[in-house]
Amino acid sequence: MSDLTSLTLASARDALRARRLSSRELTLAHVEAMERARRLNVFILETPDRALAMAEAADARMAKGEAGPLEGLPLGIKDLYCTAGTRTTAGSHILDGFVPPYESTVTTQLWRDGAVMLGKLNLDEFAMGSSNETSYFGPAVSPWRRPGSNASLVPGGSSGGSAAAVAARLCLGATATDTGGSIRQPAAFTGTVGIKPTYGRCSRWGVVAFASSLDQAGPITRTVRDAAILLRSMAGHDPKDTTSVDVPVPDYEAAIGRSLKGRVIGIPKEYRLDGMAGEIDALWQQGIAWLKDAGATTREISLPHTKYALPAYYIVAPAEASSNLARYDGVRYGLRVPGRDVAEMYGNTRAAGFGAEVRRRVMIGTYVLSAGYYDAYYLRAQKVRTLVRQDFERAFADGVEAILTPATPSAAFAIGEKSSDNPIEMYLNDAFTVTVNMAGLPGISVPAGLSAEGLPLGLQLIGRPFDEETLFALGGAIEDAAPRVDLPDAWWAA
Amino acid sequence: MSIDQATVRRVAQLARIALREDEVTHMQGELNAILAFVAELDGVDVEGVEPMTSVLPMRMKLRRDAVTDGGFASAVVANAPACEDNLFMVPKVVE
Repeated sequence: MSDLTSLTLASARDALRARRLSSRELTLAHVEAMERARRLNVFILETPDRALAMAEAADARMAKGEAGPLEGLPLGIKDLYCTAGTRTTAGSHILDGFVPPYESTVTTQLWRDGAVMLGKLNLDEFAMGSSNETSYFGPAVSPWRRPGSNASLVPGGSSGGSAAAVAARLCLGATATDTGGSIRQPAAFTGTVGIKPTYGRCSRWGVVAFASSLDQAGPITRTVRDAAILLRSMAGHDPKDTTSVDVPVPDYEAAIGRSLKGRVIGIPKEYRLDGMAGEIDALWQQGIAWLKDAGATTREISLPHTKYALPAYYIVAPAEASSNLARYDGVRYGLRVPGRDVAEMYGNTRAAGFGAEVRRRVMIGTYVLSAGYYDAYYLRAQKVRTLVRQDFERAFADGVEAILTPATPSAAFAIGEKSSDNPIEMYLNDAFTVTVNMAGLPGISVPAGLSAEGLPLGLQLIGRPFDEETLFALGGAIEDAAPRVDLPDAWWAA
Repeated sequence: MSIDQATVRRVAQLARIALREDEVTHMQGELNAILAFVAELDGVDVEGVEPMTSVLPMRMKLRRDAVTDGGFASAVVANAPACEDNLFMVPKVVE
């Protein structure tokens, strides 16, 4: 562990610009940290040669005075983003050996702006999971442990590798994706910052699809400022994604530190769940106090359809997944398991290639879309989704500018702790985050304190469509007010 | 609403996922647990509510009606488990 890996992305950027540091030095320090951290199983694929080549190219550009916004900064890439010439697996056996001939739009923009790729990060298979335990490559391990215990904890999911790598200081920041909470929940579990922007803010082109009406790309970083810097490069209109929106990308970094005087923050009473841990509620109350101290006004609001968002999600997301994952048929890419005829080849390939959680979701999705059940399940869920969105629209129309909630119902749990026999137990992790995807809104998770067990807890801020700036301003205020969360020492370093 | 084993087998067939006989009971239990969970939606009054068909109210952009991409068949088939002459190879479909 060197000091160079403890820099924030912003301070590393400033040091590179001031020529106090070269990208090669910075990248080498991260490559070394990555190689020593294999116990965490965070990187599915390390690309050190590519990283050093990109770093040298960045140094050459900086020497000519041509620095891009992310010039020379080493990042980790969730293995859901297609990277040209570099294996991309989505954490699944069915894509093993897949080498995309094309690059995702979001990563294209990162390289355009000068960033350096360290490797591809672990995730739940096809981003379906809340603990990174469904990955074909085995679970990523959190750098956090309960004090006095050696039990391996989950980093959350599905962007578990991204969150763990950032918290363990193996990269300055990472790309992630969020369909029901997959950026914000792992960020909360690891004491990092994660933002899911408004649906349509980032292009989905070249990101392996899970549920297309819910999926959004976003960054995980160690500070709010770092998230603002990365999101600016990731966001923007892309003609290759018809759902990407053609509105200008603001300078998000400039929003941090803006006055919060008179800003109206909604506190939704439906997020106070029965049986919720007292420490989660206490953290929430603390967050309210911090925002008031910063000059904001808080107001209790009602989002009456909140409790229906999670069941509706578990119809909509599997339905879209069953359709998106139909393409994995053993013909065009990845695994093929032979059969007597083409139908048997499909069935054998998909049975062997998909893990248990993916098979389960494809099955439930196929069922709710099948003849005779479409109206009872899918159509009803899409109507409930309208009601969930209208709840938020009413609150915003009444003058609320953002909403504060806990990020997760609990702190991180141990690997293997939640039984795989009852999928619902794992699904409840997303109770506070999934509403945001259903409504297409932006949401950010910011570290706010530690649980009684000494593990990180996060607060979530939900914003109006395309008002990520307010989330960065509010997130920055919480970050400033919250006690500093010291990331764990490198017990994992070999 | 809960589903029986025949339905589990039919859905597996539709989803093109081979299911061994000894996996059917387990899958049935898991699917019924999820269906019981989503049954909560039966209590929502959705009378007169429009289903969400677009996440944000926006007009989809139209692109030029022209060929703008293509001409790289060998890249398209590069990851295929089996191919010949830039064609995907599959087991015999028609006798």
